[in-house]
Amino acid sequence: MGEIKLMREELLPPAPPPPRRHLISIGDLTRHDVERLLSTARAFERSLDREMKKLPTLRGRTVVNLFYESSTRTSSSFELAAKRLSADTMSIKAAGSAVDKGESLKDTALTIGAYDPDVIVIRHPQIGAPHVVAANTSAHVVNAGDGKHQHPTQALLDLYTIEGELDRIEGLHVAIVGDVLHSRVARSTTQALVLMGARVTLVGPPALLPRGIEALGCETSTDIGAIAAADVVYVLRMQRERMEEGANYVPSLREYSARWGVTPERVRPDQKVMHPGPMNRGVEIDGRVADAAHSLIETQVRAGLVTRMAVLYDLLTNGPVGVQTAVVEEVA
Amino acid sequence: MLFAREAPKDDLVIRGARVVDPGQGLDAMVDVRVDGGTIAQIASDVDVNGHRVVDALGLVLAPAFVDPHVHLRTPGREDEEDIASGTRAAAAGGFCAILAMPNTDPVVDSTAVLGALVEAARAQAGSELTEMAELADAGAAAFSDDGVPVASAGLMRRALQYSGVTGRRLALHCEEPSLSRGGQMHEGPVSAELGFAGYPSVAESLMVERDLSLAAYEGRPLHLLHLSAHESVEALAAAQARGVEATAEVTPHHLCLTDEAVRSLDPNLKMNPPLRAEADRAALVDGLRNGNICAIASDHAPHARHEKEVPFEAAPFGVTGLETAFSALYTHLVEPGLLPLETLLDRMSAGPARAYGLGPPRIAVGAPANLVLVDPNASWRVKEESFRTRGSSARRSARRSA
Repeated sequence: MGEIKLMREELLPPAPPPPRRHLISIGDLTRHDVERLLSTARAFERSLDREMKKLPTLRGRTVVNLFYESSTRTSSSFELAAKRLSADTMSIKAAGSAVDKGESLKDTALTIGAYDPDVIVIRHPQIGAPHVVAANTSAHVVNAGDGKHQHPTQALLDLYTIEGELDRIEGLHVAIVGDVLHSRVARSTTQALVLMGARVTLVGPPALLPRGIEALGCETSTDIGAIAAADVVYVLRMQRERMEEGANYVPSLREYSARWGVTPERVRPDQKVMHPGPMNRGVEIDGRVADAAHSLIETQVRAGLVTRMAVLYDLLTNGPVGVQTAVVEEVA
Repeated sequence: MLFAREAPKDDLVIRGARVVDPGQGLDAMVDVRVDGGTIAQIASDVDVNGHRVVDALGLVLAPAFVDPHVHLRTPGREDEEDIASGTRAAAAGGFCAILAMPNTDPVVDSTAVLGALVEAARAQAGSELTEMAELADAGAAAFSDDGVPVASAGLMRRALQYSGVTGRRLALHCEEPSLSRGGQMHEGPVSAELGFAGYPSVAESLMVERDLSLAAYEGRPLHLLHLSAHESVEALAAAQARGVEATAEVTPHHLCLTDEAVRSLDPNLKMNPPLRAEADRAALVDGLRNGNICAIASDHAPHARHEKEVPFEAAPFGVTGLETAFSALYTHLVEPGLLPLETLLDRMSAGPARAYGLGPPRIAVGAPANLVLVDPNASWRVKEESFRTRGSSARRSARRSA
């Protein structure tokens, strides 16, 4: 009888492969996914304290970084994260590549896809670029920033930083200050904080608070005084390079700094201050605040490495089953 | 410019169909006999006279459709569409006449360009008046600024005044460019979440109100192209109630879809004006039902496939629609009971013909046999390969066959 059963199983059509997993938007994650990623990142953080920092976990895997926009911390931390996990890495920057010769994103994706990479990390100035790469390759795609849309690993490292400092996320009040309109960081981090049960207030000049953003589950205010009640003040970069000529979002940067700049007078020492970098000291944030003891800006950078290790690990080891124990064993 | 297909000179008997022509008050199970392309007899049992017999039991026979808003991309971008592929697509969608918009390269605004085309044209005015009288004599059906809205109220007033000389109405694309500039989709919660620059509904309704005010002041009729916002429908209804001779059209995609669909980031959902909120969609359906909006227009705007295989933000505006218009609307509006079939047939045929002063296709003895036969029970999957158009960007909403 057992043999007959075996034959029957052989006659079944092969099960369809599970859908390829990507990290394109925080909206694709459940609260459980986020918790899993954060705890994996914590396990990796412990491994960084060892003398031998490299883990064999992703040996033989290939991670391609495809960057169409300048980036220091994101590209370097993805590259280092892949190397710490023993993956082979390749970094392609738009300048100096076939992109300069007018190659379309689809064709670049097909070219890179021909090498069968396991993960493609993409940063691109246009919303929807990671979708084009996902549709044209068989790699897992990680969005490292697509236009004003999403930057999900930034949101995860922000959560990791907050949880590490304050031991929780649920119930905290986070004020995000500045140019929300042009900020993918504001969008992803707000979504992630709301998902984890935090209260979020977006603060900025009226023209830089997008109409309808409250649908994410946050509050908005044009009064900088609204940051006073927050546990964490998250300062956004004033994206000068995205301010179109004559758009008149604010009358001037000087007026912006005077009204919405985060200065020592506007924050208390028991409030934590964060910034995704790079900072414009003297515009959105006063240098004294950035360098103060309650600033978490350097902690964020360190969190970026382990969080991105966790994302690569999670995508390539197919999810939650036994993730934490496996990581802990390797670390030990 | 108007592309009207001559009725085929066939001899034909269509038997057993539900024959519906709202303009004639006709809705009956009768046979129709066509002699040499002209309707010769409508009766419950016609003489076959040796004609070919089409068994149309269970089908609906209606006047063929008229599409007042198509981009044929000719002259200049024949890789995207040309007259042959565009009119084949129109015929497949049940249309006997289409009006082609002049935002081509070169723009159709002189008799030289017009003459190089076929028989008639519409003109595009961006910053100066075009020679409308000469163009009207050469066969332009109306004058439109589609794709390049007239920003200056003063110029719009002059154009309205001059349209009285030509006897052709202005067909206006209402968009205030300083409000819509850079906009990728409807401004609202979805654009806020996705990070797209918003194209607010007020960018349209402000211009609708301006142009209606000018039309009222000058006492001239006008036609509003592809309305998308509920504020625009309200302004139109108020102006019509005051006696302004205004007509308007709406596209199948604005009647069937909302900005929620853009969450997929599918570049085929990028169009101008953009898909708007549910309240806007509902107001457009209401306006269509009660007659404030008299015409459905596909705004068929084909693009080459590679132009739509890019990130949403980089994609051009526009979708195809000639071959899917009726099916999509039947599925989304008629089947759920939101719109009577007779109203849909009117708004796709007699409505747009009236708005442009064209003779409406009709089912009457002596009329040319411009007919469409619809199978309301068939369902089909929209596939790019089976399209006649060269554009590949069809909406995915159509499920019923025309």
